[in-house]
Amino acid sequence: MSLIRDHLNVHAQALQLREQRGNILASNVANAATPGFKARDIDFQASLKQAIGSGELKTTSVGHIPVSGNAGDQLQYRQPTITSLDGNTVEMGVEQMEFAENTVRYQSSLEFLNAKIRGLTRAMRGE
Amino acid sequence: MAMNVFDISGRAMSAQMLRLNTVASNLANANTVSTNKEDAYRAIRPVFETEYNDQLQQTGLSTVNVTEVVQLDREVTRSFQPDHPLADSEGYIYESAVNTDEEMVEMMEASRQYQNTLEVVSTLRTLMAKTMRMGQ
Repeated sequence: MSLIRDHLNVHAQALQLREQRGNILASNVANAATPGFKARDIDFQASLKQAIGSGELKTTSVGHIPVSGNAGDQLQYRQPTITSLDGNTVEMGVEQMEFAENTVRYQSSLEFLNAKIRGLTRAMRGE
Repeated sequence: MAMNVFDISGRAMSAQMLRLNTVASNLANANTVSTNKEDAYRAIRPVFETEYNDQLQQTGLSTVNVTEVVQLDREVTRSFQPDHPLADSEGYIYESAVNTDEEMVEMMEASRQYQNTLEVVSTLRTLMAKTMRMGQ
């Protein structure tokens, strides 16, 4: 089992992080007209490195607090290129481009996963 | 309560829709007159506020709340029209304080925001549907 999990590991983690990032960008777009709202984003590379590098920490005692590779650890505020008077740092163009890129990369991770699963299924069937 | 993209976008869209409704109401009352200064129509605006998913703001998820709808503090114009049926004893009427150009800009922005949010939610929904078919 763990071999199959390792086989899918990078793209499975990437897919999860891409989804989280999509939701964060959706929040930014939703708050584009709210005065004083500060746009957030995650450092994707650092988050992915953290998620696959450390692996899952085992808890061996009831007193242990489980540690998850959460994207929230890498959450940062966006630096606006042009500041607005109402203190809102959402720039529609920037958010749209980031969202488009995130979507394309989500789809490529999904494609890679699909290809790997197809390969595994073929190997199991032995055709 | 954990938020998902449908909560985020749905509430953002209803906030923008409320904003469009206030614009409609302002434009409808753009040329109304009244007998006294207090009753004259003044433009109304919604007040938006960010609502975070969690108090510590660790997930980065947030949506929009309309906290109240306020009446703008604008000076109404007084004009002398003694033959007007609504004129007061001195012959004056009070015209509503609505700037139609400003309302049109407000309407454009609200509708763009609405479209942007809708586009985001429909893209993410497609991605979810594709993910459901993974491995088939």
